[in-house]
Amino acid sequence: MKFGIVTFPGSNCDYDAYRAVVDQLGAQAAYLWHKADDLDGVDVVILPGGFSYGDYLRAGAIARFSPIMRQVGEHARRGGPVLAICNGFQIACEAGLLPGALVRNAGMRFVSDVVHLRVESQSTMFTSEYAVGSVLRIPIAHGEGRYVADSSTLARLEDDGHIAFRYCDASGAITDDSNPNGSMRGIAGILNDEGNVLGMMPHPERAVDPILGQPDGLLLFESLLARMAV
Amino acid sequence: MTKVEPRPGDPRITPALVAEHGLNEDEFKRLVDMLGREPTFTELGIISALWSEHCSYKHSRALLKTLPAEGPQVLQGPGENAGVVSVGDGLAVAFKIESHNHPSAVEPYQGAATGAGGILRDVFTMGARPIAMLNSLRFGSLDSARVRYLFAGVVKGIGDYGNCVGIPTVAGEIVFDDAYETNPLVNAMCVGVMKESELITAKAEGIGNPIIAVGARTGRDGIHGASFASEDLSEASDAKRPRVQVGDPFTEKLLLEASLELIKSGHIVAIQDMGAAGLTSSSAEMAERGEVGVTIDVTKVPVREQGMTPYEILLSESQERMLVVAKRGHEDAVHAILTRWDLTSAVIGEVISEPVYRVTEGGRVVAEFPGSRLVTDCPRYSPEARESDEIARLRAIDVASVAELPAEADPMWTLDRMLSSPTIASKAWAYRQYDSTVRTNTVIGPGGDAAVLRLRGTNRAIAVKTDCNGRYVYLSPRNGARIAVCEAARNVACTGARPLAITNCLNFGNPKRPENFFQLSEAIAGMGEACRALDTPVTGGNVSLYNESPSGAVYPTPVIGMVGLIDDIAHITPATWSVDDDVIVMLGELLGEVLGGVRSGLGGSEYLARVHGVVAGEPPPCDPVLERDLINCLLECIREGHVRSAHDCSDGGLGVALAECAIANRDRPVGAVIDLSAWSDVPLRELLYNESQGRIIITVPESSLGRVAAIAVGHRVSPMMLGRVRAASRDLVIQTAADRSFIAPLDRLAAAYHDAIPGIMDGSAESAAVLEQAAVTTV
Repeated sequence: MKFGIVTFPGSNCDYDAYRAVVDQLGAQAAYLWHKADDLDGVDVVILPGGFSYGDYLRAGAIARFSPIMRQVGEHARRGGPVLAICNGFQIACEAGLLPGALVRNAGMRFVSDVVHLRVESQSTMFTSEYAVGSVLRIPIAHGEGRYVADSSTLARLEDDGHIAFRYCDASGAITDDSNPNGSMRGIAGILNDEGNVLGMMPHPERAVDPILGQPDGLLLFESLLARMAV
Repeated sequence: MTKVEPRPGDPRITPALVAEHGLNEDEFKRLVDMLGREPTFTELGIISALWSEHCSYKHSRALLKTLPAEGPQVLQGPGENAGVVSVGDGLAVAFKIESHNHPSAVEPYQGAATGAGGILRDVFTMGARPIAMLNSLRFGSLDSARVRYLFAGVVKGIGDYGNCVGIPTVAGEIVFDDAYETNPLVNAMCVGVMKESELITAKAEGIGNPIIAVGARTGRDGIHGASFASEDLSEASDAKRPRVQVGDPFTEKLLLEASLELIKSGHIVAIQDMGAAGLTSSSAEMAERGEVGVTIDVTKVPVREQGMTPYEILLSESQERMLVVAKRGHEDAVHAILTRWDLTSAVIGEVISEPVYRVTEGGRVVAEFPGSRLVTDCPRYSPEARESDEIARLRAIDVASVAELPAEADPMWTLDRMLSSPTIASKAWAYRQYDSTVRTNTVIGPGGDAAVLRLRGTNRAIAVKTDCNGRYVYLSPRNGARIAVCEAARNVACTGARPLAITNCLNFGNPKRPENFFQLSEAIAGMGEACRALDTPVTGGNVSLYNESPSGAVYPTPVIGMVGLIDDIAHITPATWSVDDDVIVMLGELLGEVLGGVRSGLGGSEYLARVHGVVAGEPPPCDPVLERDLINCLLECIREGHVRSAHDCSDGGLGVALAECAIANRDRPVGAVIDLSAWSDVPLRELLYNESQGRIIITVPESSLGRVAAIAVGHRVSPMMLGRVRAASRDLVIQTAADRSFIAPLDRLAAAYHDAIPGIMDGSAESAAVLEQAAVTTV
């Protein structure tokens, strides 16, 4: 089981993802350079957070043209898992791997916090180790994390069970106050039609080591491990 | 010496031009004597920058030399880009604080952003990977629209820069006081980690080695930023906005990665940020440290606009640039690393044996100085120091005579008023805009007594904090500076850390005024006393003088950036209460020690400033030796596992400290019953709001009480039981003399503390304007 973590110019959570996978999960990991044209035989691709190309023009708009993204796209089409976190989520939307878009937070400001997330679906390769409805505490840190999509896309995501996580309060209720960025329907993470690409704004890789707080992100990685071991 | 002649097209050297460059007659004469001739325009520009206060420390150097700078923990003391201390296991921590006050006063967003960028580069040029940023900020009152604009802009500038580079902003302080109305203070600190073996310095060595400019191209921005920082702010300062640099955090991130790769590669011998005074100071200082000559050809410098003169290229403060001395023959390897990170690099000069600092424009020599005299011949000044009569008068006022307001008859009114003071209140409005968890080391983030970062791969952690109460320093400079050091030490100790070393940022007014120089020299003396007692050497820092405008000087504000070491992550201690029935104990005297005949009262307190608008009286006395004993006592209690929480009791006094322990963590407020009836003969306001030093509030389980008392006595510290944690209670109950006891509902305390700054800033037009403006600059 090997994770590949893409480093774009300006990625800054690549290191955190690497350490989470290697130190906490005990799996193998490799950094994949944005100019590379193969995936080094990895099983799971992580598009990490950060500010690829400084988020200039628009978050993710330039990174999607990196040479490595052609390989990531083919890996996804073959059914290979792709975990796209924060800036990675923005890149995945720009690249057409996921529907919808991420725009400036409703409050206009960058928001750094630890938020509650509700697990909306257990039948995905990223969430199988969680119980549906469980409430997680996961850090967020983004300025452009407001998920938007047209109504038919939103309906399809709901119908297919492809909304992975929503922002909620401590009790699991979805409220306006618990939505940190104004995302439609409180969406924090979604899957593609085939269920092998997960995009999420919160940072599960920052919530895996007990010394830093509740390690609620760990089960996401363990879900992937369990799936790949089958 | 080569023949140096004026360059065609350059202005003639006239007394007016010399004055415009900030050189007085004596300094100009010194320059002519050094050269043995009249300087060229380029040479005048170079000296103007290098002899500015910002680069030369001409008014402060003699005083700074009195500070302790040595200790077994110090690997690199003052004089380099950053100080470095050993933290065990072969690891070292590099850290430094620096000001960006003047740029932030005229252009808050870029001023603060480039301040963050500059201090990051100072740390990674030592070979350390930055792991944390801190910010010490001072503004005027938030009642002013201009101040709200400055505050919003500075916070966004810090956030946008640090967030993009991916370094967490984890701690700091924000103070609001009219003294900073037109001249805000923006001090940024960076902390990095490295292997001791990877330490690199900025010392040019090896005759024939190439000098390489790397990173961003050089433009016309920020020319004479160093000189701008070395004069008073005035009405005309707004016109100097072009002297403010423009930051590009994306390039900074690439430069960070490329620089660390260069240092590890072994292809280079030295590296330095092109910061204040750009190429000029970086090249001159590297040559001076290495005692070698250098020659630089400005036509080889990658520029981003046509027609730049040697003067402009040498003095540009374009950001995200580094100067590297590589090993001869390794140029291609250096270029390859920079190219991989999409950055430019160009050989622009050479280390030479001839003792000369020479700048050429192709074949023409445009500037030449003998040896490194352009750095070492800088004048030194020890101006007159004399205390202001006005301040002495303020200090002598007996503040006990300040009459209570009628509203204070309700003790909840006063506590509300204190907790909602923007200086005391939660700063989450600001730090929610800073990524504080990236790089996954942050164990305690913003809002704690100090931030705690684990040292990956070890069982250790470091604690970091900045501190200074400028009001104390204003009223009593020597004592105020002692307090700044001791409070920073207590703060890191409360998280379980042993204070290790400090960096300082000395924000003062124009040193040519005797009352200002008095404050500077007294403050440095007090700082030295405290650092010696606590064994926390000063490993470097920054001096920012001329912090004044037509309305006067800022409070003298020597900000202390403290680093502490936690030997075992099991010792990491939070500030807030959590466990029901824990005993609340004060380590130290509730009303302070009587020191030198001075008993601590309300002098210089936040209470007097906030509730009565009075800045007067004798600030609380501080004895660094007693503070050392207190810290040793606390650390022994923590190491033995008795302490469940520890919180420094300082600004705002006991009343504020107790409330913070209860409600600082808004998601988990915890009540308590506090019994102060033993002090019922003391006026309530003195009991709750005097700011005696040397006090720490801890909570311990009942079973630890005996042992904690024994440890305290062993350290000559008096422990006092104040009350008990009531986890299920929704109140903080304060029992004192029967008629003055009161019950403070936690919801009300939390609202006062947490909603104060959002209540002012959210929806304010100035805050919205900053968001609009910044959106435009980043598209």
